[in-house]
Amino acid sequence: MARYDRAITVFSPDGHLFQVEYALEAVRKGNAAVGVRGTDNVVLGVEKKSTAKLQDSRSVRKIVNLDNHIALACAGLKADARVLINRARVECQSHRLTVEDPCTVEYITRYIAGLQQKYTQSGGVRPFGLSTLIVGFDPYTGSPSLYQTDPSGTFSAWKANATGRNSNSIREFLEKNFKETAGQETVKLAIRALLEVVESGGKNIEVAVMTKEDGLRQLEEAEIDAIVAEIEAEKAAAEAAKKAPPKDT
Amino acid sequence: MKLDTSGLESFPSLISHGNDVAGEISAPPSFELPNSNNFDGFLKEAIQMVKPAKGTTTLAFIFKEGVMVAADSRASMGGYISSQSVKKIIEINPYMLGTMAGGAADCQFWHRNLGIKCRLHELANKRRISVTGASKLLANILYSYRGMGLSVGTMIAGWDETGPGLYYVDSEGGRLKGTRFSVGSGSPYAYGVLDSGYKYDMSIEEASELARRAIYHATFRDGASGGVASVYYVGPTGWKKLSGDDVGELHYHYNPVTPSTIEQEMVEAAAT
Repeated sequence: MARYDRAITVFSPDGHLFQVEYALEAVRKGNAAVGVRGTDNVVLGVEKKSTAKLQDSRSVRKIVNLDNHIALACAGLKADARVLINRARVECQSHRLTVEDPCTVEYITRYIAGLQQKYTQSGGVRPFGLSTLIVGFDPYTGSPSLYQTDPSGTFSAWKANATGRNSNSIREFLEKNFKETAGQETVKLAIRALLEVVESGGKNIEVAVMTKEDGLRQLEEAEIDAIVAEIEAEKAAAEAAKKAPPKDT
Repeated sequence: MKLDTSGLESFPSLISHGNDVAGEISAPPSFELPNSNNFDGFLKEAIQMVKPAKGTTTLAFIFKEGVMVAADSRASMGGYISSQSVKKIIEINPYMLGTMAGGAADCQFWHRNLGIKCRLHELANKRRISVTGASKLLANILYSYRGMGLSVGTMIAGWDETGPGLYYVDSEGGRLKGTRFSVGSGSPYAYGVLDSGYKYDMSIEEASELARRAIYHATFRDGASGGVASVYYVGPTGWKKLSGDDVGELHYHYNPVTPSTIEQEMVEAAAT
């Protein structure tokens, strides 16, 4: 098996592309990222490793804009992410230039996934070690979308998804608790999902909300703390209700 | 047998090379220099002379109900009318039309090519391309061939999600968005009728009559326009050909011959 991971263009006898699978491992070691689609907004949340005291936290934004109406969060190798994000930003503008219209979320997702696939079928290069969550609003229909791409170059649309560290537990939580939400409810759902695997507190979570009117808005630490406090209170109330004896009819 | 070498003779050049000892055949090859005052510019003049002068009349305008597109059908080579039945309105796809002015081959080929690109866009993006996008694709292609002799003066008319769209695109690489355009040698005459009769709130019948009349007037005055005046309408469900009238017959439709009153009638003189 070890013989088959030198040149990525080679299949293993049982049909695996090992470099791609190793790239997925790199993703699994990256920070957790979660995305939830609401009826009128889309929310992205990313686990933030505690920033060093001397580091300027504004330079390590994990949720970025690709265009006015499209944003991206990722898990995995951050240097690879920078390259991919730059190419995607140029493609967004190029699309605006050639057809005089903003691109759809699906278009740019297809482009990014195509780029990731290209690097699994070329000589001398390794795949990008990241999975992305791409959110945005369709400029024509106005409907919100959430897409995910991975190092193999596949992509699909999701109502809610997670990637990175412990993404399986987050996805389980989302599958159990997902319902169509709007506005602040969607933000709460995303944060609740992320809190399953992350220490609570605004210091460890970065959250951004994309709306059709205002584009991408990063939530302040204080806002996140407030919502986390709300969630904790709700949890405590639910616990208390369970423990208390059921009232008579 | 003496070989006939008259074909190898080169004409004496103005600049003598000095070695005519061996005869004309061995003289270095030279070409005829033009008898022209403007040695540097004559080439450009020659190109201008040969360049198709866009002998045609095409027009298109946006009104309340959609887009009206009309054109004549004459093809001329200098003073010779090579065809009276040319299709100058090209169907790019069921909801977009292009008009032809300039080189017929250039227009036909690049419109077909644009149709292919539009279809590929549809398949890749699961939505139709906008008129803006389609005209931009064509304009970018023509710009990349700028200076290489393409002659295309076209209007892209269509209906997309934002409503009716009309763009003028030419082989110089220009692209203009507008509501009223006329292209070709007959366009000044067509503009006269079109501009004075245009109202945004026309009905489809009024608009098609205006378009037909404008083409007719252009064919009346412009020698390079004639044949059949075709009128197409582009609406929310796509384009539809409304009419195709021979301009000769249209002339008598607009200028009917009234029988004149007989003042004096010749009668047979009574035999005396």
